[in-house]
Amino acid sequence: MSTITALVGAEIVFGHLLPEGYTPLALQEKDPFNLFKKDKEMRVLNDRPWNMEAQAHLLDDDITPNEFMFIRNNGFIPKNIDVNTWNLTIKGESVKEEKTYSLAALKSKFKQYTYQLTLECGGNGRSEFNPPAKGNQWTIGAISCANWTGIRLRDILKDVGIKDDAIYIGYHSADTHLTGDKSKAPISRGVPISKALQDETILAFKMNGEDIPIAHGYPLRLVAGGWPASASGKWITSISIRNKVHDGAKMKGSSYRVPCKPVAPGTKVKDEDMCIIESMPIKSLITYPKTGALIKQGEKLTIRGHAWAGELEVSEVEYSIDYGSTWTSCNLKKASNRLAWQHFSATVTLPSKGYFEVWARATDSNGKSQPMLLPGWNPKGYLNNACHRIAIKVV
Amino acid sequence: MRQKLIFSVLLLILVIGLFFLILRNTQSTTSNYQKIETSTDTTAIENGVHINTGLIEAEGLHLVIAHCTSCHSAKLITQNRLSKEGWQETIKWMQETQNLWDLGNDEEAVVNYLAKNYAPTDIGRRASLKNIEWYSLKD
Repeated sequence: MSTITALVGAEIVFGHLLPEGYTPLALQEKDPFNLFKKDKEMRVLNDRPWNMEAQAHLLDDDITPNEFMFIRNNGFIPKNIDVNTWNLTIKGESVKEEKTYSLAALKSKFKQYTYQLTLECGGNGRSEFNPPAKGNQWTIGAISCANWTGIRLRDILKDVGIKDDAIYIGYHSADTHLTGDKSKAPISRGVPISKALQDETILAFKMNGEDIPIAHGYPLRLVAGGWPASASGKWITSISIRNKVHDGAKMKGSSYRVPCKPVAPGTKVKDEDMCIIESMPIKSLITYPKTGALIKQGEKLTIRGHAWAGELEVSEVEYSIDYGSTWTSCNLKKASNRLAWQHFSATVTLPSKGYFEVWARATDSNGKSQPMLLPGWNPKGYLNNACHRIAIKVV
Repeated sequence: MRQKLIFSVLLLILVIGLFFLILRNTQSTTSNYQKIETSTDTTAIENGVHINTGLIEAEGLHLVIAHCTSCHSAKLITQNRLSKEGWQETIKWMQETQNLWDLGNDEEAVVNYLAKNYAPTDIGRRASLKNIEWYSLKD
C-alpha cells in the first residue's frame, strides 16, 4: 500500500478498501511526457486522443528534435506494431496492378533520401479566431521541421505503374477510431498527384536519423512538407491512387478545408463552397528570447527564429518594436533544402525603459506577407499566420 | 554426479539472473510513472470543478460526463467555446460521422450545460498578450 501511495503522490483515502491487485486510475494512464519522450514544457491539449504542442521558445533548434515536436492524433496510436510483418500496399482505381511490399523490400529496393521538412498543423493558431472554431485549441506550437529519411513516393509509383487518369493519392493508416469501430478510419487524407510526385514527398522510415517515434508514425510515414501536416499520414499501411479527389475521412465538410471565397466571421458555409487547403501560408516564429524577458537599459537584444512559406521560399523577415509602425530587416539564411524552414536573426535596440512587443513578419517569394491581425475567418479556424509577438520590458 | 553438479550450478545462475531481471523491471516500471493529479474519487468537486474531468460543476454535468467522455477526453470540451447552436451542430456532426448515439431526452440538458458553461467571449481581432511570466534575460 505504501508503494502505491508513493506512486500516486498522495495518500489514498480509503486505501485499505482498495481491492487487491486493483490499480488506481491515477496509475493506469502513463505520463505522456515519459511515454512520448517529450519535454516537460510541452503542453497537452488532449489526452484521448493525444494532442500536444510546443511553445515558441522550445522550437529554437534549427532541426526540431523529438522532445519538442508537436503531436496531433485523430485516433488511437496503433498497438503491437510488428515491423517484420508490416506491409505497404499500393492500390486504387488508377494503379495498373495492385502491389504489396514488405518494409524490408521498400528499404532495399529503392534509393533513400533525407530532407528537412516543415510540418505544420492546419489548425495551428486556431485558438485566436473569433468567433471561436471548434477543435484542439492550438496556439503557436503545432509546427516542426525535422530531418526525414525515406524513399520517394514517385519511385514506388513508377515501380507499380500508375494510369494516366491518376489525379490524387490517399493514405490509409493503422491507427484506430476513438469509438473502436474498425470500419471507421480516424483520418485518411492525401494530396494531388503533382504533390505526390515531388522529389521531397517521401515514405519515411527515420526521423532525425533514428527510427520514427511511435507518436510520429513508426514504422512508415508519408511526409509531404509545406502542406497541412494531416497530409503526412502516419503508420501507413496502404496508399490509394485515385482517379478523383480522395474521399477518405477528413477530406470533406469543414475538415482541412476553408471557404473558396472569403466570408465574414461566423458565416455558415455550405460544403460545396469549401476548398481543400494545399500549401500552407507564409509564417514565422520568434524562438529566442522566450516572451517575458526583462533586460537592462542600454543592453542590446538578440532575437532569432524561423520562417517558412509552404511550397514557396521566404524572401524576407522583418521585425517591429512599435506595433508595426516601422519595420527593420533581419538576417535570413537559405533553406537547407526546398520545404525546410529558414532561420532569421537580428540585434534589436530598444530606445527607452518600458514595455515593448517585438513582432516578426515574413514575406514569401510571391511577395505575400504575414498579416498583423488575424487573417480571414473560416469555420474550423485554419491558416492563422498572423505575425508572432513577444513581450519585453526594459528595466 | 558431475552432470548433476553442473545442472545445479546452471539452475542457480538462472534463478539469480531471473531475480535481478524482475527487480530491474519492477524498478524501471516504477520510475516510468510520475505524479498525476487525478482523484481516485470519481465524484470529487473542488472550487466548482469536477476533478477527474476538469468540467465545471453545474446542472447537467453528469449527463455530459456520461454521454461525452466515453469516446473522447473532456479536454475536448473544456478547451472549446461555442454558442448553443455551435454545440448542437457539434453533437449532430458526431452523430452523423463519429458514431455518437441519440441523446434522447438528455440532449436538451447536455446542450444547455455546454452552451451555458462553455460559451464564447468576444476576443476581437487580436487579443493583448497575456499570462506573461517575466524573467531576467541573461545572455
